[in-house]
Amino acid sequence: MANIRTMSFDAVIVGGGGSGMRAALQLAQSGYKTAVITKVFPTRSHTVSAQGGITCAIASDDPNDQWQWHMYDTIKGSDYIGDQEAIEYMCQTGPEAIFELEHMGLPFSRTEEGRIYQRPFGGQSKDFGNGGQAARTCAAADRTGHALLHTLYQGNLKNETTFLNEWFAVDIVKNADNAVVGVVAINIETGETVYVKTKATVFATGGAGRIYASTTNAHICTGDGIGMALRAGFPVQDIEMWQFHPTGIHGAGTLVTEGCRGEGGYLVNKDGERFMERYAPNAKDLAGRDVVARSMVLEILEGRGCGPDGDHVYLKLDHLGEETLNAKLPGILELSRTFAHADPVKEPIPVVPTCHYMMGGIPTNVNGQALTIDSEGNDQVIEGFYACGEAACVSVHGANRLGGNSLLDLVVFGRASGMFIEQQLREGVDLKDASEADIEAAMAGLNRLNDSTGGENAAVLRAELQTIMQNYFGVFRRGDFMQEGIAKLAALRPRIENVALGDKSNAFNTSRIEALELQNLFEVAEATAITAEARTESRGAHARDDFKERDDENWLCHSVFFPDDKRVGKRGVNFTLKTREAFEPKIRTY
Amino acid sequence: MLNVSIYRYNPEVDQEPYMQDFQIDTQGKDIMVLDVLEKLKVEDPTLVFRRSCREGVCGSDGMNISGKNGLACVTPLSEAVKKNKLVIRPLPGLPVIRDLVIDMSQFYAQYEKIQPYMINNTPAPAIERLQSPEERAKLDGLYECILCACCSTACPSFWWNPDKFIGPSGLLQAYRFLADSRDTATEERLANLDDPFSVFRCHGIMNCVQVCPKGLNPTKAIGHIRNMLVRSAT
Repeated sequence: MANIRTMSFDAVIVGGGGSGMRAALQLAQSGYKTAVITKVFPTRSHTVSAQGGITCAIASDDPNDQWQWHMYDTIKGSDYIGDQEAIEYMCQTGPEAIFELEHMGLPFSRTEEGRIYQRPFGGQSKDFGNGGQAARTCAAADRTGHALLHTLYQGNLKNETTFLNEWFAVDIVKNADNAVVGVVAINIETGETVYVKTKATVFATGGAGRIYASTTNAHICTGDGIGMALRAGFPVQDIEMWQFHPTGIHGAGTLVTEGCRGEGGYLVNKDGERFMERYAPNAKDLAGRDVVARSMVLEILEGRGCGPDGDHVYLKLDHLGEETLNAKLPGILELSRTFAHADPVKEPIPVVPTCHYMMGGIPTNVNGQALTIDSEGNDQVIEGFYACGEAACVSVHGANRLGGNSLLDLVVFGRASGMFIEQQLREGVDLKDASEADIEAAMAGLNRLNDSTGGENAAVLRAELQTIMQNYFGVFRRGDFMQEGIAKLAALRPRIENVALGDKSNAFNTSRIEALELQNLFEVAEATAITAEARTESRGAHARDDFKERDDENWLCHSVFFPDDKRVGKRGVNFTLKTREAFEPKIRTY
Repeated sequence: MLNVSIYRYNPEVDQEPYMQDFQIDTQGKDIMVLDVLEKLKVEDPTLVFRRSCREGVCGSDGMNISGKNGLACVTPLSEAVKKNKLVIRPLPGLPVIRDLVIDMSQFYAQYEKIQPYMINNTPAPAIERLQSPEERAKLDGLYECILCACCSTACPSFWWNPDKFIGPSGLLQAYRFLADSRDTATEERLANLDDPFSVFRCHGIMNCVQVCPKGLNPTKAIGHIRNMLVRSAT
């Protein structure tokens, strides 16, 4: 008997970051009984750390800007495995979604005309790559994520969304038809386990940057939604595609926004050379993030790195002047002084490419409906299951995300998911109730952990996992190394499944949560490793020494990882635009 | 070896809270207080604290560090250790759930009381509402609040009246909306604050300003609200 309490809602959103709260807002406004399960108080979600801005063609900096140019940049940035239909939807709907946020009170920085301030970011162009650098990233100084997340929380307070704050979703509950009918979740404060029942389960659980030793991501970015989906037998897409942000602070890993380079900062090697001029003669420091990150690593590997160990490069900002830095990049001054002990007004910031963003995730359509692939290779909707934001792969980022596109992805697809679910609920959703056994099945992992007696320390195992991923699946990858890494992960799996629970208390037991998070991290890491080894080409963020070229003949497609047999399949990329002809793949240069 | 003394309390086993002493080898590095807690948790998995971003923007790890409220992730040992000793307690004045984790319900309730969202009942334009850079500049020093509660739990007036005095954090946010050229509910907002407790329990002690990890100044914001209330009364 699954002897636990049931709570019922029309829709349940797992995750209180940007996409989750945008979806929740949409549903709360519609009057449907909506709950957000979030393991931290919503404004502590990782969206809060986004700095530089949200990219969108609102035609403020350039009155002639067009969303189609943004669409072109995004498709090119994705190295042509972003779904064009989804990118079109995002870029076209974007302005509406941004203006809604502004009307809700988001304190954007302003131009002299009183419009939203936009700054240049990497990979942005006018006129389909022919009109030079665009300035398309809408900013609230360098605290855009903070401003956005707080505004969304405030909007949800206004609309009386139910928040289950500091609750942790453990696993998916599936009914007899393999449809998703809610989750089992723990109230962290009391330790109570509850079945949260619903007709629409939305995973807005964010990324999993903590699979790597060096990451810009918060401690909480542990891929919980991906872990739950994989344990439930659902596939993930393009999970080998991890973005390494060019400018993480050396040592600490904290993010330094691309907006620094947008405002005129640039990277130098130990000789003081502005080396990006060699790698990307046109866009220079504002080339795609994958391009800049690889260039930095090559500089370091070729002996032109900075510092006593030659293991980083410098980001130079002092030439911008104190006044500009205070006005445009105040948060960066604070972070650099605290974590790099460098004052950007006077000296450069030591930076190194750092794991930043998961392009892959749960495959969805533009309505947020999660997909699996049937035996004939056709997309099949998973009833009751939705995903949006970083946890989802809709896919607007393909093999490489452009800066400022993650926040846009959050609000556009959080909103789209909410609107679609609202319509579904209005039309009536008929899903079979979960049986006792179905709920029991979702509690198996938790019960096993709670009953464990032996095992190793979660923090020690986590560090081992992160080291494997850092060493074998980093910026540059090679088949034989990756096979070694996969073998190491296979040896680690039973140890992580048997992780020790050193605290059995029910009162705010964070050790229990960390053990569950570790198991989620492992699922993400293994899927990443196996898929990365399978994709025998270089594309976007996936750069292989043994397959240096992009292989459109075999790999102009999504990878799909099926957890049951750990198989890597392929899924076609969408090349159907509603408003014009599709963009054909071209050689990608900046 | 650094001596660390930490407030411990688990309601399931402890009759009352106590201070537990640890020793840790920091190898002479000036690491952050949060790093110390993370290292100690590896040794003692029952040690409980909140953390998320580890860069001072999420506001999870507000705690009382050697007598001063602050964020563990951006407080280096060089600022916190006195006579080779680091003392860590939960933020004062609110109920403790376990160890360094406090129950923030009252703090959040005061935030919600000030209607922390934009109110503008005029029809929204097709684009953004325009706001000049000068009008926008009035929000600087206000919107950056991270709701860590370091200020309110350093405030004696909030300790005495956590149910009736909004507290520095909530009032900073109240002024953030009063100061926003796009908000049209000034009168309604002031009316909601116009009682002997909500604002006027602030006695200008300025502990809030001393401890704010983001360098914000709630006392100044409260001064502006007082002036607006006085002006609207005459």
